[in-house]
Amino acid sequence: MYEQFKSKAEAVSAEVFRFETRYGALDSICSFLIAEGVADSPGCYALWAACPFLEGVDRKQLREIAGLKFDINRKLATGAKIGISQLDWAMADTGTLAGDSSAIDGRLVSTMTEIHIVLVPTSGILPDMPTLLERLQPDSSAYIAMITGPSRTADIERVLTIGVHGPSRLIIVFCDDLEGQADGN
Amino acid sequence: MGTKFRESVQRAVNNANLTGALGAFSEAYKVNRIKAYEGIDFEELRDRISRLKEYAASHLVQLCEQFTSNAEARGARVFRTSNPEAVREYILKVARDNGVKTVVKSKSMATEEIHLNPYLEQAGLTVGESDLGEWIIQLAGQTPSHMVMPAIHLTREEVSDLFSKEVNERLSSDIPKLVKVARDKLRPLFLGAQMGISGANIAVAETGSIVLMTNEGNARLVTTLPNIHIALVGIEKLVAAYSDVATILKALPRSATAQLLTSYVSIISGPTPNDDGSLKELHIILMDNRRSDMANDPKFRQALQCIRCGSCLNVCPIFRLVGGHVFGKVYTGGIGTILTAWFDELKQSEDIQGLCIQCGACRDVCPGRIDIPELIMEIRRRLVQEKGLPLIQQAIYTVVNNRPLFHGMLRAASLVGRPLSSGRFIRHLPLFLADLTDGRSLPAIAAKPFRSLYNSIKQPVCREKVSFYAGCLIDFAYPEMGEALISILNKAGIQVLFPQEQTCCGAPARYNGAFEVAASNAIDNIKALSADDPQYVVSACPTCTVALVHEFISTLESIGQMEWISKARELAEKTVDFSSFVKKLVDQGRLSLREGEELGAITYHDSCHLKRTLKVSEQPRELLCKAGYQLQEMFECDNCCGMGGSYSLKLPEISGPILKRKLKNIRNSGAPVVAMDCPGCVMQIRGGFDQDGGGVVVKHLAELLAELV
Repeated sequence: MYEQFKSKAEAVSAEVFRFETRYGALDSICSFLIAEGVADSPGCYALWAACPFLEGVDRKQLREIAGLKFDINRKLATGAKIGISQLDWAMADTGTLAGDSSAIDGRLVSTMTEIHIVLVPTSGILPDMPTLLERLQPDSSAYIAMITGPSRTADIERVLTIGVHGPSRLIIVFCDDLEGQADGN
Repeated sequence: MGTKFRESVQRAVNNANLTGALGAFSEAYKVNRIKAYEGIDFEELRDRISRLKEYAASHLVQLCEQFTSNAEARGARVFRTSNPEAVREYILKVARDNGVKTVVKSKSMATEEIHLNPYLEQAGLTVGESDLGEWIIQLAGQTPSHMVMPAIHLTREEVSDLFSKEVNERLSSDIPKLVKVARDKLRPLFLGAQMGISGANIAVAETGSIVLMTNEGNARLVTTLPNIHIALVGIEKLVAAYSDVATILKALPRSATAQLLTSYVSIISGPTPNDDGSLKELHIILMDNRRSDMANDPKFRQALQCIRCGSCLNVCPIFRLVGGHVFGKVYTGGIGTILTAWFDELKQSEDIQGLCIQCGACRDVCPGRIDIPELIMEIRRRLVQEKGLPLIQQAIYTVVNNRPLFHGMLRAASLVGRPLSSGRFIRHLPLFLADLTDGRSLPAIAAKPFRSLYNSIKQPVCREKVSFYAGCLIDFAYPEMGEALISILNKAGIQVLFPQEQTCCGAPARYNGAFEVAASNAIDNIKALSADDPQYVVSACPTCTVALVHEFISTLESIGQMEWISKARELAEKTVDFSSFVKKLVDQGRLSLREGEELGAITYHDSCHLKRTLKVSEQPRELLCKAGYQLQEMFECDNCCGMGGSYSLKLPEISGPILKRKLKNIRNSGAPVVAMDCPGCVMQIRGGFDQDGGGVVVKHLAELLAELV
């Protein structure tokens, strides 16, 4: 299913990576942030929304990156270059990510930034939406979000253009050892 | 037809930007839609969708109550009303109570339906559309020309001019740069707005949830940043079960834009926290505005099965020429015509319902399985019932209903028409009739109609007999097609009867809403064609065949003439189209095509009624190939030729360009001959080539096969 997801997601311009461990993912994200020139100035910083991934890693490495922030509000979000969040599920047949987004931070960093990096437990890949809706229910999530590729429009002369109100890049990082809802409960 | 309407049609067909953009889109859409549905059984999917939407439409009251209690239990405030005025007042009151100055909106047709923006603006609020297309339209002071792509009629240069004014800076027409300008310009609107207004693509009764889909991400921002969110939901968006969401989302994006899924989908079930720690104020307005009336109408209830994908617009040969503006201010295209007749009022649809050429392309792709052409015909019928027919049509149908008079006049016309005709065509008509021959020559009325020729045709006496139903065009314009049919069937050992009392099939009357006239035609024909008790009734005109097979019954049913229904059914059972009948004879070995002929290239034009109502498309092709032709398919082989019976007379400015496109596609196929099964299509296409330099032979299948058996 991972391969199917990857090909569907890439077909809608998402970038897909997979790591065996969280530390592998973490190293890679850190190098990416540095390569992108993340710095503590407007338009250059990155925001990381609270999520299980963050709780499970040693943040020492992260604290060394200037311009990576964990306290989030709308003002900060609109000036951020990169947003990082976690979503627990993925649908292979459409290349879609999905998860509970009741907490506003995840939505702010995933909608207002230019680049959105999403961490996803590999175990969360499901075949399709009917399977997803069995697991992700309104009772446990007041705001269910699904994301398929970056923000796009074809409103001017039908020319597909990436990044309207939302990010122009969607980077998906699967971690094999990240526990999601598929594992625990 | 109103002068203003006529002018708007002419403006649209002469707007090269609009027709160019829509034309290119419709071509790409057709291909991409098929690709998006790869591996999916569309018929099975739309069965499920139409079932679940039908269930919702017949349980609206119950689902509204269930939705309300479930959404309220999650902390949303639900306001139910049937009155658009009450919706506007409610929204303004929430705004006033909370000191709202600025509202940001994501796209919502329901808010367009109740003209919310001007109302709020007059009350002193600033209202910003955040969907890029809607924003462009707002800046231009226009209305959307397409439900999904509101600004498709504007070029990048025009958008650049609009944006330049807005940001006070001369911008280039580079599209990514223009999009970036919109992003930067709209950000402060999102951040500053105290209220967000959205629609909803689906509302789930079981869970009290609303579902929102966008590609740009604006609905996410509208439902995230302002502390108040109001969702305006037409009650036709209700579904019973949460699992229904997956079923609808499987079709909606595929049918709308040929995407597997939109970039963003949000399922909102109750309020969530704002970034200042407070809880969002979530209002959901369930608006009826005549939807319940629609649900209670046995014919129109199915219109509530619409999921608002707009695919009926995308495949419509008329829409791609005229765009949305001619339809009025809100809902456009096929389904829009129906919604306007209900949400606005029946008489608002008077002009726009006439745009439908009844080709049936929309019915084939509708994920809600709505018979849109049939419902538009029902609107026509009700308009005629309410207002009566225009005088000129009344006069025509008085004649059509009197067979001897009608046929006498057609004979007389062959004499009157002679001075105007050259060879077998009428090339130009004088004065106000000139439009009828603009771009297309009309066939001259035959000197001797088929009904007079019939008795002089020598036929072998056979045990097996079938009745031939000619229809007006073969009878009076193309009797040679009837002769061809007889010679083919004679070769199979079948004698052809021609009941002289047969008359017009009633399709012209029915397609103009004159069901009483059509019913009287139906009864005359049922009598005439049942008299000899033939084994089969064969017709070489698909429109007539459809009348005999389907429409006699439905016409009689809809005006309550039940005593003729069983006879109509008997006739329907016996009636068969020419291609299917001949194909069967060939398959049974009763008729053989000459072997080993090399006849060269041919292309085939699918007639709307044959392909989409009678589901016949392979039979004529197989016959042509078996006879020795090499089939070279044209682009859009099953697109309407623009004839549509009297449509080409009423709206020549639309019929003309559709015909031109057809001629071009036929020429581009490279085949020197084009075959078809419908004398109406022959009339349109042959007449078109006559004025377009000729070079392509246009033949009815019967004429071709008569030479080859």
